Amino acid sequence: MAAQAQVEEPANRLDNLHIPEGSGWLGDIRADALARLQKQGLPTARDEYWKYTKPNRLTSQSAPAAALFDPQESPVFDAFDRLKLVFVDGVFAPELSDDTTLAGVEISRLAEAGQADIHWSKDVYGALEARGQNPVPRPLATLNTAAATDGVLIRVTGRAAKPVSLIYLHKSEVSDAILHHVVKVEPGAELTLLENGPAAARFNKVLEVDIADGAAFHHVRAQGRDHERCAATHTFARLGRESRFKSFTLTVNGVLTRNETVIELQGDDASAHVAGAAMGDGDFHHDDTVFVTHNARNCESRQVFKKVLRNGATGVFQGKILVKPDAQKTDGYQISQALLLDDDAQFLAKPELEIYADDVACSHGSTSGAIDDEALFYLRARGIERAEATDLLTIAFLAEALEEIEDDALADDIRDRLESWLLRRRG
Amino acid sequence: MLEINNLHVKLEEEDKAILKGVTVSVNAGEVHAIMGPNGSGKSTLSYVLSGKDGYEVTDGSATLLGDDLLELEPEERAAAGLFLAFQYPVEIPGVGNMTFLRTAVNAQRKQRGQPEISAGDFLKEVRAKAKDLKIDADMLRRPVNTGFSGGEKKRNEILQMAMLQPKMCILDETDSGLDVDAMKLVSEGVNALRDQNRAFLVITHYQRLLNHIRPDVVHIMAEGRIVKSGGPELALEVEENGYTDILAEVL
Repeated sequence: MAAQAQVEEPANRLDNLHIPEGSGWLGDIRADALARLQKQGLPTARDEYWKYTKPNRLTSQSAPAAALFDPQESPVFDAFDRLKLVFVDGVFAPELSDDTTLAGVEISRLAEAGQADIHWSKDVYGALEARGQNPVPRPLATLNTAAATDGVLIRVTGRAAKPVSLIYLHKSEVSDAILHHVVKVEPGAELTLLENGPAAARFNKVLEVDIADGAAFHHVRAQGRDHERCAATHTFARLGRESRFKSFTLTVNGVLTRNETVIELQGDDASAHVAGAAMGDGDFHHDDTVFVTHNARNCESRQVFKKVLRNGATGVFQGKILVKPDAQKTDGYQISQALLLDDDAQFLAKPELEIYADDVACSHGSTSGAIDDEALFYLRARGIERAEATDLLTIAFLAEALEEIEDDALADDIRDRLESWLLRRRG
Repeated sequence: MLEINNLHVKLEEEDKAILKGVTVSVNAGEVHAIMGPNGSGKSTLSYVLSGKDGYEVTDGSATLLGDDLLELEPEERAAAGLFLAFQYPVEIPGVGNMTFLRTAVNAQRKQRGQPEISAGDFLKEVRAKAKDLKIDADMLRRPVNTGFSGGEKKRNEILQMAMLQPKMCILDETDSGLDVDAMKLVSEGVNALRDQNRAFLVITHYQRLLNHIRPDVVHIMAEGRIVKSGGPELALEVEENGYTDILAEVL
């Protein structure tokens, strides 16, 4: 033996990773994911894909503690008629949730469906995630497929009468939650999925959405306001012919958030919009990483990401549009912008286009800047005080992202949240 | 109403004097016009009075109804009754015109200690006033000045003026970029607001606007000073002979 001691890697999340008991279909998928994960390894700061966001808090053996936070206002979406499914620190809480009966929608719990011999979701669970690992590995999603403890499996066969709303409560300062949801929207069906709440001290979530021909999926998410929480989320969507996908995420607070969205346009004439509005003050690191693949003709995609940053907050955007050779008539759009309210905030952006078809229209843009002085003076000259004028211009800056919310009432609710967040921070 | 006395102003960033002792006194009920060649300091005067950054007052004073304007923030000047109709109204994508108007009206009311206007009353009032200025519902819904034509922007300025009911209105080159019909509409909007408790300072390069908005007093400004004042006939003289003769005579 060499006298020199071997340099030990610090303990990480792969050590003692707990894989839930399970047999049948889910057990096989978990075993496969675990094997893939061991091959991939966890992300490190040396990975190109993690150049702007240090993954250590997401890959450390246990979750960094995160204090609970009471925002002292009614939760977002409270005024809407919806089917509520509540998770407390990553565990489904039936006593807090609504009855799951909803016309045109079948809902089951991952923890229970995994016990069954067979389930419709076996062709989707982990399958869209696995497809999304190419060309860039996403180990935290692989980890999720292997180790998710709970989640919902939603099959939509008609037009859902009301949204399904996932509510994530954070009750323990050291909770480490892994949730995995699957949504399958059958041909011509339609669903709105809402998500809100901080979920846990550290949250790892995967959402797989399989949208069949002519189907539609709308997604509005508000990530919880707990200041110290960390989250890594992945949304994988596959779109069939003439289908529609729209996803909007609001992020305020949270010490670290990485939201990855991976979209495959597989059927002709489909449309995918993904948008985000983030507001960070102080110890706030927010990363939107998006990968849209056009693999069919005449599809449209939009990426609209806006961040308002101040007081040392950092924003990251990594967005890609990949147009495959057969994806003629592609219409792709990508914009990422940051409003820096002081000199301490920073925005790091890496927009990319990769196009192999010759008859496409793709545009992208990325900017960062301060409040427009001319506009500020114009508002003040009409009697609007500086702080209020600044807030008006801040909301205006975010407007293009908010417009990506399909439902006007939901968009208004999100706008109200932003306004009250800004109001509380006025001097 | 508005007392400007020996006002000296330079650019904050560089040592360049722009106003070199401007003195103007406008009484309630009066309309004063300030005419002058490009670069004479007309627009600077309007910006300094309304509180824009980038200028430094080195001497002199400006008061509105006895209040020292130069000590106030731009929003306080507005609440005190000062209104500037911009030469280049700013486009603000993402802020609805109606939201902007209501926010401005209520912000001023709040500063004056008055209750907010009800949504119903506001809507009724804005619709009636917009109609007079031929501003349609679509223009009210759109973001502030965004995609508006030159004429639409100027009409929107007058709508704001009508809603805010200021005491002292400064119109900075309101005629620039207007065709004859638009100029008529804008002038009618201004004339409708003329009364004995309100005063106007109309800054213009050309005499033609003054055919529609009849001034009581006309000032000629050049090289940062008022070089000549007189009645409406002074504007006609400018129209007839240009600025060269007048300036040759006084400078």
